[in-house]
Amino acid sequence: MTQPAANCPNCGAKIVFRWSSSVQTVCEYCKSILVRTDVDLKKVGQVADLPPNSSPIQIGTEGVYNHRPFVAVGRIIYEYDQGTWNEWHLVLNNGSAWLSDAQDDYVVTFAAPGRKLPQSAEVGQRYVWDNESYAVSTVTKAHYRGVEGELPFQYWDKEDVVFIDLMSEHGKFATLDYSDEAPVLYLGESVEFEDLKLKNLRSFEGWQ
Amino acid sequence: MSAGVPNPPSTPHVKAMNCPGCGAALSLRSFTQAVTVVCDSCHSILDAQDPQLKILQQFKKATGEDPPLIPVGTRGTIRGTPYEAVGFQRRTIQVEGIPYSWHEYVLFNPYKGFRYLTEYNGHWNDTSTLRALPTLNAFAGNVRVTYLGETYRHFQTAQASTTYVLGEFPWQVRVGEANEVTDYVSPPRVLSSERSGNEVTWSMGEYISGRDIWRTFALSGDPPAPIGVYENQPSPFSTDTKTIWTIFGAFAIFLLLMMLGFSSFARDEQAFQGAYIFDTNARGETSFVTDPFELKGRISTLELSTSTNVDNNWIYLNYALINQDTGQAYDFGREVSYYHGYDSDGSWTEGSRNDSVAIPSVPPGTYFLRVEPESDSGHGTIHYEITAKRDVPQFSFFGIALLALLVPAALITWRSINFEHLRWAESDHAPMESSSDSGGDDD
Repeated sequence: MTQPAANCPNCGAKIVFRWSSSVQTVCEYCKSILVRTDVDLKKVGQVADLPPNSSPIQIGTEGVYNHRPFVAVGRIIYEYDQGTWNEWHLVLNNGSAWLSDAQDDYVVTFAAPGRKLPQSAEVGQRYVWDNESYAVSTVTKAHYRGVEGELPFQYWDKEDVVFIDLMSEHGKFATLDYSDEAPVLYLGESVEFEDLKLKNLRSFEGWQ
Repeated sequence: MSAGVPNPPSTPHVKAMNCPGCGAALSLRSFTQAVTVVCDSCHSILDAQDPQLKILQQFKKATGEDPPLIPVGTRGTIRGTPYEAVGFQRRTIQVEGIPYSWHEYVLFNPYKGFRYLTEYNGHWNDTSTLRALPTLNAFAGNVRVTYLGETYRHFQTAQASTTYVLGEFPWQVRVGEANEVTDYVSPPRVLSSERSGNEVTWSMGEYISGRDIWRTFALSGDPPAPIGVYENQPSPFSTDTKTIWTIFGAFAIFLLLMMLGFSSFARDEQAFQGAYIFDTNARGETSFVTDPFELKGRISTLELSTSTNVDNNWIYLNYALINQDTGQAYDFGREVSYYHGYDSDGSWTEGSRNDSVAIPSVPPGTYFLRVEPESDSGHGTIHYEITAKRDVPQFSFFGIALLALLVPAALITWRSINFEHLRWAESDHAPMESSSDSGGDDD
């Protein structure tokens, strides 16, 4: 899965992509945000200091979802009025997914293109995708706070955007992401920490 | 990110900080997950996400006004996961002008996040937020909620305001802020919905004994004794009720089969019959013996019937059933009396002209009866007939056995109903009330 190395156009450090389809990564040394072009890497921005964060997941954390092993290769940190949450970019053997960690509540979602999506929605409104009925549970205004590692698209320096979270009666979970002009739908489910069988987690002082 | 060279893992540690209000030492036990933290010294609610710990609210409460039973910083294991108590709040509702308060403990584990314990009058619940949406089924007068196939009944809706806080919270806590809280119960579980603004948060609590809490958090002393019946407290009688009725049903079927068996095997044959006249005026010895008769088959009951023509009169018969071969005798006496008349209440009767008695476990053999009639003299003649029937099925034993089982079953059922009555008396659906808000009990 590891791709031939390139060098950071900013500091010259070696950059290796874990996933061939990654579009963006962050140089581990100088924290330059790098975007892949056909020929090389282009610096598009700079990560400011990441906010203190206590997600137990980190780049390189491995786990299993639905019998499919995955590794966390990147993340986006969002900030909203209740603090921050993490969207971990997971690479599975044949694609990518997202593991959202909001105050240690875990949700795995996959991008679900091609569905009809609303331009806005209010709490309680219902939508049906793939024969599952979802109700809007929260509408959250959040903004980009930092990135780390590899992402399947360019994401940095965004203003306030809207996220609409939806839940179903069967534990299914949906997020409408209004980061770009066209909303993007992610479908998945909430997961128990143990069920992900995570390895290479962070350790916490005073906790095993 | 270069492969094979991961970032040196930074290990989050409990941050020691100082309250910007009074300078007292503070620590953030839930690392960066807390949204608000309370200074115990000056009662400032601080923004835990702000490096400067901006003061969000100050509230007036005496320090130690409401000491938590599980002190902040205490650890215990719940369902296999260690948790640390990081926060504590008291919430209060008003019912008909009377305040009722309960306590909520915020528990934290850095991998599994937050979990809650609630305590009211010594009743504890282990609570966590829901991962799926419950289905609301609204009917006239009451509401039911289905969650993962289980139905919960509406118990109470109330405005709960936060009246005391300590430690850390993963939300914006404020003293004085009220939310609408609705509970739906299916003991030992309770579903709670909490409305703040237009967002609804659902959580599920499961009844847990104070003793378990004391053990896992290694608290000193004894947990406060639970007072009354709590909304989702499992009934100590519900399983007993089911069990005893199951036993009762099984036993009733068993008895019924036994009765059927006995009645089909019973020979129910006449072994002896004789008609006699007793002259009450006659003097001297009245006793006599009957002709011998054969009792066949196995050891079984003998039913001896006496039918008479007594009319406002009585006859007493001393019987002895005697085995001709062994001399074994069964002595017994039967009184037959029948009276009737007319008084201010109308006509009345007392007693019966006929009598029947069962002699159990009579072995086969040749028997005769010795009979000695008695009555008041001067009442003319009394006609009577003696019939002995062999192997008559007896059902009274079955009735007694069934009744003996019915009594504890009924008792436990009554206690179970009583328990449920006490539970629902505290709800919006109290059986006594005919108030307009809920429409009373459902079903």
